[in-house]
Order: sequence, then structure tokens, then C-alpha cells
Amino acid sequence: MDGKQDDIENIGDDHLDSEKKYKMIAENVSVFYDDVEAVKNVTMKFKERSVTSLIGPSGCGKTTFLRCLNRMHDMTKNARVQGRILLDGEDLYAKDKDPIYHRRKVGMVFQKPNPFPTMSIYDNVAAGLRLNGVKDRRILDEIVEDSLKMAYVWDEVKNNLKKPAIELSGGQQQRLCIARALAIQPEVLLMDEPASALDPIATQKIEETITELAREFTIIIVTHNMQQAVRVSDYTAFMYLGDLIEFNETKKIFTQPKNELTSKYVKGQFG
Amino acid sequence: MSRQIPFSKRRLPTDKIFKISAMVAGSYVLVIIVLIVFQLSSESYPIWQREGLAFLTGSDWNAVEGRESFGAAPYILGTLVTASLAMIIGVPLSIGIAMFISQAPKYLSGPLSILIELLAAVPSIIYGLWGIFVFRQVMLDWVEYPLYEVFGDNVWIFSSAPFGLDIFSASVILAIMIIPTISAVSREIMIAVPQQQKEAAYMLGATKWEMFRLAVFPYAKTGLIGAAILGLGRAVGETMAVTMLIGNATGPSAFPQSLFQPGQTMSSIIANEFIEASPASLHLPALVGVGLILLLVAICINVVAHILVSRMLKVREGAINA
Amino acid sequence: MMSSSQKRAEYRLLFKQNVGGRLVVDKIMMGIVFGCVIAAVIPLGSILIEVFKNGISAISIEFLTQVPGAIGSGEGGIGPAIQGTLIIIGMSSMIGVPIGVMSGIFLAEFGDNRLGRTVRFFNDVFMEFPSIVLGIFAFLVIVLVLGHFSLWAGAFALSLIMFPIVARTTEESLKMVPMTYREAGIALGLKKWVITFRIVLSAAKSGMITGILLSVGRIGGETAPLIMTVLGSSQFFSGVDSPMDALPLRIWRMSLLPYDSAQMQGWGAALVLIIIILAINITVRYYFAKKSKKGNILSKLMGMRKK
Ligand SMILES: Nc1ncnc2c1ncn2[C@@H]1O[C@H](COP(=O)(O)OP(=O)(O)O)[C@@H](O)[C@H]1O
Ligand SMILES: [Mg+2]
Repeated sequence: MDGKQDDIENIGDDHLDSEKKYKMIAENVSVFYDDVEAVKNVTMKFKERSVTSLIGPSGCGKTTFLRCLNRMHDMTKNARVQGRILLDGEDLYAKDKDPIYHRRKVGMVFQKPNPFPTMSIYDNVAAGLRLNGVKDRRILDEIVEDSLKMAYVWDEVKNNLKKPAIELSGGQQQRLCIARALAIQPEVLLMDEPASALDPIATQKIEETITELAREFTIIIVTHNMQQAVRVSDYTAFMYLGDLIEFNETKKIFTQPKNELTSKYVKGQFG
Repeated sequence: MSRQIPFSKRRLPTDKIFKISAMVAGSYVLVIIVLIVFQLSSESYPIWQREGLAFLTGSDWNAVEGRESFGAAPYILGTLVTASLAMIIGVPLSIGIAMFISQAPKYLSGPLSILIELLAAVPSIIYGLWGIFVFRQVMLDWVEYPLYEVFGDNVWIFSSAPFGLDIFSASVILAIMIIPTISAVSREIMIAVPQQQKEAAYMLGATKWEMFRLAVFPYAKTGLIGAAILGLGRAVGETMAVTMLIGNATGPSAFPQSLFQPGQTMSSIIANEFIEASPASLHLPALVGVGLILLLVAICINVVAHILVSRMLKVREGAINA
Repeated sequence: MMSSSQKRAEYRLLFKQNVGGRLVVDKIMMGIVFGCVIAAVIPLGSILIEVFKNGISAISIEFLTQVPGAIGSGEGGIGPAIQGTLIIIGMSSMIGVPIGVMSGIFLAEFGDNRLGRTVRFFNDVFMEFPSIVLGIFAFLVIVLVLGHFSLWAGAFALSLIMFPIVARTTEESLKMVPMTYREAGIALGLKKWVITFRIVLSAAKSGMITGILLSVGRIGGETAPLIMTVLGSSQFFSGVDSPMDALPLRIWRMSLLPYDSAQMQGWGAALVLIIIILAINITVRYYFAKKSKKGNILSKLMGMRKK
């Protein structure tokens, strides 16, 4: 595994402290929608137990890039992905392995809360476990409770686990979706503007959740909110028109950006 | 402003006329429905008067003057049996087709949807023609005789010697005919399941099949049931192909017992006997009475189908906006 | 309370690592799903092939233009049937299209109330009425009253199939016309009926034509309601007040005769009918696909508009 990492060129790696391992590596990743290149030759490395923010003006390819990291583009009919993505050194796009082997390790939270509307809160969280053959009621109960606690929504729903998920508020639904993603015990968590549709209080709760989760998971979060990036992330990547412009420690990106575009963007001069 | 309006400027209340004529045209459907129910009821009144509820339960069918006796039970049952069997065969196939089309790549799903929709446009009479000259023989050789040989002695529904023009053939051709309807509507409903729902399932590491079970079926359930019931409505009202294939038994012998026996449905007996029935006798009121029963059954089925489909729409909106 | 990574590792051990097995189940289920497609395509393909194969040998100029010959002779043609089908389509349209269009205008422009919802609902239900019942109705109110079978009765019965389809597609097409068109008309001080007929209807034309063609395709193949209204005939048109032949009726009569030659003529008539109907439907597809990208006509008929 280490051998594989060595021959990858490090970009913007002056922030790298060597004691942490790379959990995920994206190497020369390009994404095309039909013939339009939405992500252009992006190379990034994500450290274990870190939070990385992807920022950039809307339409710059943040979502597109994020979706490469658990092969969600397989579902988009006009999308094509080039390059390599390694998870613990294993190629996500290897031909001989079905994506479902990897997806279990890479949880995802979408921009809009998308709980299964006909299922109860409990069943939403248990859905992924049942797929993985967990049937024992006690174990299900334990993991469901644990996941809901990790997502900071347990206290609000513990008395109504049988209630349809659709009856929760938007913020609660989003945290339920986080719990659903956590229940399958992923190692990486991808979040696409998880707070964009939420009110400030729900946003604050989600941010607290992220900070807590960072102790256990490798988190990659797309956000259009720069304060949020500062608050929750260790590293920040700035994208523009499909290019990765700058990738560094969050405080460096925001205090001493190297690129002029980055500097303008974080000062709020465009985007 | 002058109170006298010059004649040339005094206009007809055209917008009022426009609105009223639009309302009249819109209400036409309500008037027609009421008229149909009324006409069928009043023209079939003599048979209800003569037979009472026995018209629903009796099985005699005798048009000879003086000894007239009519009971619609075999045909009501014939309709129910053929339509149910058609549903049992047609619904799973249609759902399968809709599943395939809804997730197939564009170069496959496009032509397949078009094909299915064109096939929904093929008239019943052509299914019937194909049915008696092509399909009947295939059914006999490949399905009915083998079933008869194996199960004929033990299982009563396969017990009479097959002839090809029987309840089973009629049911299978009905199934073939409702497949385009049910699968086209089911496909629409499956495609309407939001992409985020499907992605939520894939995110959890679901296979395609698991994705259908997790995201598509629960979400689309009401709509799919509505689609199936819509197909049931078509099956119940379908006339020509069934008339040509069911063998057209009348009276007590039309009671569906074995699937390989000739039968009769409500619509087929009307198609077969209507123009021969003398308006002066009870024969015509009896056939109109059968038509009335058929109509009421069809209305019930379709009202349920439409309510289910619109409820599906509400679930969908709730899921997106909540 | 956070779960430790140790705890999570333990949880992972509880998962069955049978991804391979699940993939096999997936393959099997998707195979069955594909089997459904094949199982449906085979009979449906067979119908088209048989009609073309058997029908083509019956087709000739005489076959298309002459009256039927003596029963079983294998001579003559289906001229009256073709003529009858065309006339019936024309007459049904004369009744069904104006009513359907006006009813569609009502639903789209004045239908946002209780009456509108009622009409919409019953319109949808009426679309699914068994066609043979409509035949009985036309028989009772026209044939029985006048004392004889007639083209009018048949055309009336088929117009009942037609107008709800036209109403629904008209409504859908009118609703697709942007509000700004109507607002522009109001700004010009035009009356509502002028706005509707001059501006909105012409913008919605293609959708409405689609609906009309679609309903024509549907009634062209209808058989059951014609049995008890136009009856059938072996003569060319002799007035709207007399019986008439039609392609579906001719196919039915031919198919019941025990002569091979009659059956071949039945296939020939079926080929003519299927060509007419497929041509209409393909035109509709082409027309509709080009002029409107908003979803599928079937879903519109079902009243299931995409959001
Ligand atoms: N399914 C798609 N088909 C075609 N183009 C797409 C598709 N999804 C996104 N795009 C385009 O790709 C670009 C990047 O989109 P996205 O990744 O969603 O941006 P971001 O998340 O940064 O706002 C945009 O220009 C967008 O219009
Ligand atoms: Mg985005």
C-alpha cells in the first residue's frame, strides 16, 4: 500500500505531516458529461481521520468530483470518469470488482435529505444493515441507536423510532441520512452541501456532528459556505471551472492563499 | 364619461358566452355518463323485473319465446376468471418489463418503450385474428396438452381435454393485451421515482435488485397497484379477442370449471348475441342488463385505479418537499 | 457518547461478507426481468410478423377497391370496409373533436374549481369505459329509436371514445403554454376568448393534433361498438343513414368463415388496418417528440404530469 502511494506526485503537499496515512487518493481524475469536461485532471489525497472541504463557485465541479469517490457516476447515464481513485490502495474503478464492494466503505450524504419516505426512522437506519445480512434484532437495535447518536439526532427521535421518516423536519431528516450512512460503518464519509437546505440551528448541529465524526472517519465535504469550511475542516481544496486551483491546510487557504483566484474567492470577491 | 354607449361599441358578452359554452362542453361527459347509466338501467328494467336478483345468480340462458329465462352468473364469473388469470400472468411480466426499461441504457429503453406503446395501439381485433390462427395452435401444443397430460387427472382446473378455444387461451391473450398498458404506466411510475432515492440505495451498497426493493417498490407501490388495476379495467372490458378465443359457451355449461373448457364473458356474450336479440323479447333487455353489470364493474375498478394513482402523486410530492 | 473505532470494527465483523452471493441473486433477478421483456416481445413481434406475412399476399389493387365477392369465393375486396372506416373516422371526429377541444379548454382555462375537478376525474374514468357499453348506448338511443342501423350511430359511439382523449390532451397542451402568452393578450386588452382561440390554441396546436391523431388511432381499430351500430355491409357508401362496413368488422366476419381464402382476406384487411394505425401512431410519436419534450403522452392521458 505504501509503495503505491510513493509514486504519486504530491501536489500542494507542504501541509503533509507524515504520521497520518492517506485513506483515499484521487489521481488524474477527469469527468465528462457527454463531451463536456466538468472535472479536469484533479489529483488529491485525503488523510485518514481528517476533514477536507471542497469549495468553489457553483458549477465548478465539486459535486461531480465528490460523486467519483464512491462511483455514483455509474448511475448517471451521460457521465464518464477517467483516472484512478484508490481507497486504501485499492482501485475503486478496477474492472473486476463490482462497485458495491467499495460503496459500503464510502458513505455518502446528499445535498437534499433523501430518507426512504415510506420507511420508519428505524428502518431507514437499518436498511443498509439488513442488506449486509444483519438480522439479529438486538444487534440492529444497538447499531441503529449508536448511529443515531453519532448523527446527533437520537434524542429527538428515540421515542418515535416507528414514525415515518418523512414526518421529520428537514434538519432531522438530514441527520437521519447521516445516521443511515454511518450505520454501515463506512471508513470514508462524503457530504455534499449537507447543510445547504437547513436553518442555522440545524446547520450548527450538523457541523457539531461533523467535528465529532472526524475523530473516526475520513470526511470530504462540499460546502459553499466559507465560514463552515473554516469551522469544520482541516484541509480545503478550491476548485474553479473544473480545475483544482489550490489544496492546502484550511488556515493557509484562508490566511495566505498562494493563488490569486483563491485569494479573491475566499475574500468573497466573486462566486 | 358619457352614459350613452354608441351602438357600435355595445358588445355581445362574448366572454360570458365563451365561458358558458366551455362549461357545457366540459359537463358533456357528466351528462353522457348519467345518460348511459340511465339508459342501460331502463332498457334492462324488464329483465330485472322478471328475474330479480336471480339474474345475477342464475345460469339459464334461454331466449325461446314463452320459456325465456336468463341468468348472467356464468358470464360474470367468466369475466372475473379470465381477467384475474390475465392479471396473474400479465402483472408480473409488466412490472419486469418496466423494471428493465426504467434502468436500461437509452439505446435500449427508447426503442423498447416505443415498441410497447405501439403494441398498445394494435387493435383488439388483430390480437383476436392472430389468436385464432396462430396463437391457438401454439397454446394447444406447447401449454395446454402438456398441462393436461401431467395434471389432467388430478387438478380439476386442467381436467377437460383442451381445444384451444377456451378460458385459458382467452386469459393468456388478455394478459398479452394488457401488458403494454400496465408496463407503459409502470415504467412512467418507476421513472418518476426520484434519482436521489435510487442513489440513497446505491450509496448503501445495494445491488440493482436491492435498489428496486429498497427505493423503487416501496415508493412506487401505490402507483404500481393503480397501474395494475387500470390493466384490470381494460381486461374486464376487452371484447373482440376474448370473443374470438373463449369458445362461446352459453347457459350452465359456460360456468368456468376447467380452464380448458369453452366459456363466455360479459362482453363476449354481448358481442355474440346482441344483433340477433329481438328488441321485443327479453333477450335484448337481458344483454343490456349484462352490459349494465359490466359497466358498473368497470366503473368501480377505474375509480379505485384513479384514486390510487393520484394518491401516489401526493406521496411523491410529500417526499420531495418535506 | 461516541463509539470507538474498536466497536465499529466489531460491528463490521457482524456483517455477512457474502457480496458475491448478493451479486448472484442480482444477476438472477435481472435475468428474470430481461426474460419478461423477451416473453412479451415474442408474441407481440409474432403478431406483427404474421399480419405482414399473411396480409401481403392478399393485397392487390382489386382487393383494396372492390366490393366483397361471394362468400368463400376468395374474390372481391375490402373497398367498402376501407371507405367505411375512413368515413366513420371523419364523422366521429366531426362530433368528438369540437366537444373534446371545448371540454379541454374548460379544464385548462376554467377548470380550477370543484366542477373542473369533477369533470377531470370522470373524464378519466369515462376514458376507460368498456367500448362495447358505448355501442349498446348508441344502439339504444339511435338505432332503436330510428329503427335501423346507421353510420351515424357508429360515429356517435366512436365519438364517445374520442372526445375524452381529445379533452385531456387539449388540456395538457393548453397548460403547457406559458402564462406570459395570456398575460401579453391581457395587456393588449384582448378578450379571453380571443386570447384563447387566437393565441393559446395556436401555441398549443401540436399537442392538440397529437391528441386528435391518437384518438383517431384508437377508434380506427374499434370493433365492438360497431357491431350493434353500423352493422356491416358489402356495399359502398349509400348515405349516412344506412349500414356500412368497416375494416375491423370485415376482419371479424372473414375470420369466422371456414374458408382459407376468406381467412387470407381477413389477414389482408388486418394488414391495411394495422398500417393505418401504426402510421398514425408513428406520426404522433415523431410529431410529439419534435414539438414537445415534456414527457410522454401516455402519462398525460393518465393525468400523471411530471413535476
Ligand atoms: N448530469 C449532468 N449532465 C450534464 N452536465 C452536468 C450534469 N451534472 C452536472 N453537470 C455540469 O457539470 C458542471 C459541474 O457541476 P457540479 O459538479 O454539480 O457543480 P457544483 O457541485 O460545483 O456546483 C456544471 O457545469 C453542470 O452544469
Ligand atoms: Mg453541487
